[in-house]
Amino acid sequence: MNDKIFDYCLRIGDSSLILSHRIGEYCSKAPILEEDLAITNVGLDLLGQAESFLNYAAELKGNTTADELTFKRKEKDFRCLHLVQTPNIDFAFILTRQFLIDCYHQTLFNQLINSQDERISGISKKAIKEINYHLKRSTEWILRLGLGTDHSNQRLQNAVNELWMYTDELFIDNETDIKMDKLNIGPLSSSLKNPWEQLVTSTLRSASIEVPEANLYSLQYGKNGFHTEYLGYILAEMQHLPLLYPDASW
Amino acid sequence: MEDEKKLIQFQQKIDQDIKIEPRDWMPEKYRQTLIRQISQHAHSEIIGMQPEGNWLTRAPSLRSKKILMAKIQDEAGHGLYLYCAAETLGIKREQFLQWLHEGKAKYSSVFNYPTLTWADMGAVGWLVDGAAIVNQVSLQGTSYGPYARAMVKICMEESFHQRQGFEIMVQLANGTKEQKEMAQDAVNRWWWPSIMMFGPHDSESAHSNQSLKWKIKRESNDELRQRFIDKTIEQGHHLGLIFPDPNLKLNPETNHYDYSPIDWDEFWNVVKGNGAGNRQRLNHHIKAHEDGKWVREAAIAYAKKSNLKQKSA
Amino acid sequence: MSDEDQGILWEVFIQVKAGRPFKHVGSLHAYDKEMAMKAARDLYTRRNEGNGIWIVKAENIISSDINDGESFFDPSNDKIYRHPTFYKIPDGVKHI
Repeated sequence: MNDKIFDYCLRIGDSSLILSHRIGEYCSKAPILEEDLAITNVGLDLLGQAESFLNYAAELKGNTTADELTFKRKEKDFRCLHLVQTPNIDFAFILTRQFLIDCYHQTLFNQLINSQDERISGISKKAIKEINYHLKRSTEWILRLGLGTDHSNQRLQNAVNELWMYTDELFIDNETDIKMDKLNIGPLSSSLKNPWEQLVTSTLRSASIEVPEANLYSLQYGKNGFHTEYLGYILAEMQHLPLLYPDASW
Repeated sequence: MEDEKKLIQFQQKIDQDIKIEPRDWMPEKYRQTLIRQISQHAHSEIIGMQPEGNWLTRAPSLRSKKILMAKIQDEAGHGLYLYCAAETLGIKREQFLQWLHEGKAKYSSVFNYPTLTWADMGAVGWLVDGAAIVNQVSLQGTSYGPYARAMVKICMEESFHQRQGFEIMVQLANGTKEQKEMAQDAVNRWWWPSIMMFGPHDSESAHSNQSLKWKIKRESNDELRQRFIDKTIEQGHHLGLIFPDPNLKLNPETNHYDYSPIDWDEFWNVVKGNGAGNRQRLNHHIKAHEDGKWVREAAIAYAKKSNLKQKSA
Repeated sequence: MSDEDQGILWEVFIQVKAGRPFKHVGSLHAYDKEMAMKAARDLYTRRNEGNGIWIVKAENIISSDINDGESFFDPSNDKIYRHPTFYKIPDGVKHI
C-alpha cells in the first residue's frame, strides 16, 4: 500500500520540483523587474511544496531523504508530468504552462485537503492557499496577453496550441490513481477533467483565446516514468554536483 | 545670490543631519551625484542576480536551492527599492535602463567576475555581500531621505545573505578534501575583487570629498575597506582558510590589519568593461529586456482598454 | 523606448496588524491595479510584514507645497494646548 502512496507523493512532489526548477532558469529574464520577483515567489512556493511531498515520500520509503530522492534518483524513477518539463521558450509558454498547472493544482488540491492521509491533507491545506494566489496571478496575465495587442494574442494562442497536448496526461488514471481513490487519499485523475476544463476554458474565452481540441498524443506518461527528452538535461544539471562528488554532503 | 543663500541653508540642514527630501531645494551637483550613485547601486543589485542565478539550477540540496532563490529574489527587490529612490530625483526608470544598456551607467564591477564553482556561492555571499553590507550600513545615514530609507530596508533584509554565504563556506571547509579545495579556490579568486569593491583609495577618489561634505557618503572608501578587512579576517581564521595576501597582519599600533598594495590595473580594467564578463552580463540584461518588450506592450494596451471600458461603463 | 514602457508608478501602504494605521513603505511599477496589488504583496510582504495593503497611483497623491511650509505648518507651533503634556495633573491621579 505504501508503495502507491509513495508513487503518488513523487508525482506531485516531482512535478512541483521540476516546475520550480524551470522558474529558476528564468530568473533575471522576466519582462519587468516586478515580474521577476513575482514569478520567483511562485517558484519558491512550488519548491516548498515539492520538499514537503518528497520528505513524506522519503519517510514512506525509509532510509532515504528528500535530498537523496531529488539529487540521486534516476530519470526513470521520476514521476513528474510532461507539461512541467517543457522548456521556457518565451513568456507566453512560461505563462501558459503555469496557468494550465495552476488550474490543475487548484482542482487537485481542493480534493487533497480532505485526503484520508493526514500528512497529505496537512501539506495540501497550506499549499492550496499558495495555489489560489498563483492562479489569480496567472489568470490576470492570460487576460493581459490575450486582450493586449494582436501580437500578444497570437503568441499566447500559439503557446496554448503547442502545450495543449501535454494536458492529456493530467487526467489519465493509472494504478496509483485507482488505489488512491479506493483509499480516499486522492481523487481519480479523470474526475478532475471537467472542473479543470471549465476553469481553463472560461478564462481562455474571456481572453479571446480559442480552446484547442483535445488531442491524445502518447501513451507513455511522466507519471508512469516515461519522460520527455527535456527531463534528462534538467536532471543532468540539477544533479551534477551530488553525482560528481558522491561522498560529499551539501 | 539667491542660490548662494540657498546653498548655505542647504549645508546647514546637512550639518544638522536633517534629511533632504525630493521636493526640497538641492544643488544641481548634489542631485547629479545622487542620480549617478543610486542608479549605479540599483544596477549592481540587478546585474548581481546573474552570477548567482548561474548556480540556481545546480544548487546541490533542496535547502540551498530554496535559500539561493530567495536571496536572488531579495536582490531584485533591492534593485527595485533603489530604482524607486532614484526616480524621486526626476528621472524615470526607462531612462536608467537605457543608460545601463548604452554603457553610460556603471554597476559594481565585481559582478563581472565569473562564478565557476558552487563554492563561489559561499564566497560571493560571505565576501561580496559582506563588503556590500559594510558600505550599506554606513549609507543608512546618507543625507537623501529616500536613499536612506531604502538602505534601512535593504540592510534589514541583507542580514541573512552574508550568513547564507558563510554557512556554505563552513560546510565546504569542514567537508571532503575536494570541498575544502573548492572553498580555498573561491577565496583566492574573490578576496581581492571584494576589497576593490570599496573603490579607489581616498587620495585617488574623484568624488569623495564633496560627497562626504554633503553626507551622501558617510565614511571614506579606505575607512570602509579597513572595517571590512578587519572583521572578515577573523571569520576566515574560523574557517581555516588562507587569504591570498602574505602581508595580511595585525598592526599592533593601529590595531587594524595591514594588507598588500592593491592591483589597480586589474581594477580599472574591469571597471572599464574589459573582459568577457562585462559583455556577458550586459548582453543578458539587454536580451531579457528586448524579449520582454512585446509583453510590456501588451500590458500597456490592456491597461488602456480596461480604463476605457471602466469610463464608458 | 516608450515613456510608459516600465508601467506607471504606484505608492504602497502596508498595515502590519489589524487596527494599526497604514504606513507608506515604498513604491513600485505596474501596468494596472491588479498587477500593482500583487507586486506590492510580492515585494513588500515577503517577510510576513502585512495584514492589509493600499496602493495609490503616485500621480493621484496630493502633497503639501514645500514652499508654503512656513505659513502652512508654523501656525500650529504655539498651540501646545493641543498636546496632553500641556496640562498639569496632580501626582497620584491615574488613567487620565
